[in-house]
Amino acid sequence: MLPLILENVSYTAGGRTLINDVSFEIGAGTRTVILGANGAGKSVLMRLCHGLLRPTSGRVTWYGASGTSGSGRQAMVFQRPVLLRRSALANVTYALKLAGLPAAESLRRAQVKLDVVGMAQLAAHPARVLSGGEQQRLALARAWALEPEVLFLDEPTANLDPHATRHIEAVINAIHESGTKIIMTTHSLGQARRLGDEILLMSGGQIAERAPVTEFFSAPQSEAAREFLSGELP
Amino acid sequence: MNDFQKILNKNRCLLGFLLCALPGFFAQIAFPQERHITVASTTSTEQSGLFKHLLPVFEKKSAIQVRVVALGTGQALDMARRGDADVVFVHDRETEEKFLADGFGVQRFNVMYNDFVLIGPRSDPAKIAGGKDILAALKSIATTRAPFVSRGDKSGTHAAELRLWKLAGTDPLSGRGSWYRETGSGMGPSLNTASAMNAYAITDRGTWLAFRNRGELAVLVEGDQRLFNQYGVMLVNPAKHAHVKKELGQAFVDWLISAEGQKTISDYKISGAPLFFPNAQ
Amino acid sequence: MVNDFAAALSEALRLIASADAQLAQIVALSVRVSLAAVAFAALAALPLGALLAITRFPGRQALVAVLNALMGLPPVVVGLMIYLMLSRAGPLGQFGLLFTPAAMVIAQAVLITPIIAALTRQVIEDAWLEYAEQLRSLGASNTDAALTLLWDTRFALITVVLAGFGRAAAEVGAVMIVGGNIDGVTRVMTTAIALETSKGDLPLALGLGMVLLAIIVGLNLLAHWVKLSAQRRYG
Repeated sequence: MLPLILENVSYTAGGRTLINDVSFEIGAGTRTVILGANGAGKSVLMRLCHGLLRPTSGRVTWYGASGTSGSGRQAMVFQRPVLLRRSALANVTYALKLAGLPAAESLRRAQVKLDVVGMAQLAAHPARVLSGGEQQRLALARAWALEPEVLFLDEPTANLDPHATRHIEAVINAIHESGTKIIMTTHSLGQARRLGDEILLMSGGQIAERAPVTEFFSAPQSEAAREFLSGELP
Repeated sequence: MNDFQKILNKNRCLLGFLLCALPGFFAQIAFPQERHITVASTTSTEQSGLFKHLLPVFEKKSAIQVRVVALGTGQALDMARRGDADVVFVHDRETEEKFLADGFGVQRFNVMYNDFVLIGPRSDPAKIAGGKDILAALKSIATTRAPFVSRGDKSGTHAAELRLWKLAGTDPLSGRGSWYRETGSGMGPSLNTASAMNAYAITDRGTWLAFRNRGELAVLVEGDQRLFNQYGVMLVNPAKHAHVKKELGQAFVDWLISAEGQKTISDYKISGAPLFFPNAQ
Repeated sequence: MVNDFAAALSEALRLIASADAQLAQIVALSVRVSLAAVAFAALAALPLGALLAITRFPGRQALVAVLNALMGLPPVVVGLMIYLMLSRAGPLGQFGLLFTPAAMVIAQAVLITPIIAALTRQVIEDAWLEYAEQLRSLGASNTDAALTLLWDTRFALITVVLAGFGRAAAEVGAVMIVGGNIDGVTRVMTTAIALETSKGDLPLALGLGMVLLAIIVGLNLLAHWVKLSAQRRYG
């Protein structure tokens, strides 16, 4: 499935160009963190990659076949998890059933993943009354259970306290170690340092800089990156 | 594993139960009992309470359920023309004869009669109370332009009322919108309207006797020969509508004009006063 | 007027207290007919409303507008149309459904299907705003999404379906025409009320009306309570 290749991708909505002629290639293995100010186009870029949005022009290609979202080989976790009005367990098996897995296998996998993210005790609990951190962990378990080759995460800890954030970051690392490619956005530079292997900086709908994480923070090459880093809180 | 499965299966039981229960629940509604006839009749027979008295006696004897749809005579005959009734039991000789002549009825039998009465407010602005001449009373109403409520629904009572206006040489439709008020509804609703407006009206005596919301209204003119109100019964012609329940319908017709049926009719009284007088030959 | 209401109230209480067999039969038939109507209507209207909320196609807005307009279908017109269909002289005359409870079920179902569908569309469309990306991301088809949202908004939909039930049970024009108000066969609460009004027995009519009102209010209170407690539990 990987690499993911974007060729001259632009996206326009309501007369505004949100993504402007972006081309890049992302390969397997590393954790890619997309940084950028609000409105720089991070979320739109991820949705284009995931297939939730269709580019106005240009091409998104996954190893040959073009733009297939929801094949089960890629998954996405949103800033605010959308959980179904049913038990935590049923939220996970729901996704697996949509992916075409037999019921018994769905149940087995769902159980395993809930256990790994530390939510086995809450399996029967209605998902929508869980705490924010628990909801996000459940969303991660649901995405992970799909055993995707690529997992997109859109500011997965934006609304969480430090404790819950640490918990989520641990789960993200575990998913990475299980062999899933991580592509995520964040507003926290600390999180980018902790989780990222490479940084993709967006600015004005374009990619301003792409660099390994240590180089990006120690020796930013572009004007946009220097400005971004000087403006951000640590 | 079992616990996890239980979590998932909790809601399905309820859904399954509902889906299984529904068909049984509705079966009764969809397939009503077979031994019944539909009788198209008039609001006066229904609202006077006659059928409530009459039908249980017949149903007990014959084990045939009689389903009465109460409409104005005109509508009742229309319904029968469409084939939606097995028997008609109405009270407008002229339209009944037309129905027969068109081949929709088999044979018409007189069943009973009662009479129409002219009711109105006790204050009696047209000064007609106690009179015996219905035509003079109507003329007086028209000249004083006192409010008068008409059925206006092509029912038997409406037809009788229009005949009387014609005999009186008055065209009430000239007063339409002012003193002559057509309700376009059944006898009961028309009486409610008359009661609310303190208006005059012509009604069959049966409905009047059973009517509760009289307010200021009372019978002002009665006993005129021309207020005679004849009820007749007919089997709908199976030659026109093959599904008509010929035997069951005829059994009802025969019973109505039998000695027993006739006696049952005369037994129906409200506060001691009979409402209908049997007169089958 | 005050006296009328006092008389009606005492009549209603007397009717209920005496557990009048005839009243019980009328109430039971009303509830059965309207429940059946609401079940059939919901079966058609819930999926229809959900699909209309989720799918995008040319003419969709026009369809939504038509559906909203059909919420105001005049019952008498519906009654007349169904009468003509079911009459022996009509296209469906051979089934002999006219003047049966089944005919009333059909009339009520036709009346409330647009109501349930339109309200369902509204509920599901609101939910869809929240769910759309997540469900698409999981690869849900339109049908998957419709079924998922129907289940997820079930507590809100209880109210929608009950609104349909209320309308069906309170309707008189259509069931009078297609049912014929036959004593013991198609006499329901509303047609009985109309008949008692015709007979000038206003206290009895109002008494029956209060029983009808009590049933509908009671059902809605129950549904409201179910909804609240379920929302507390499921979020």
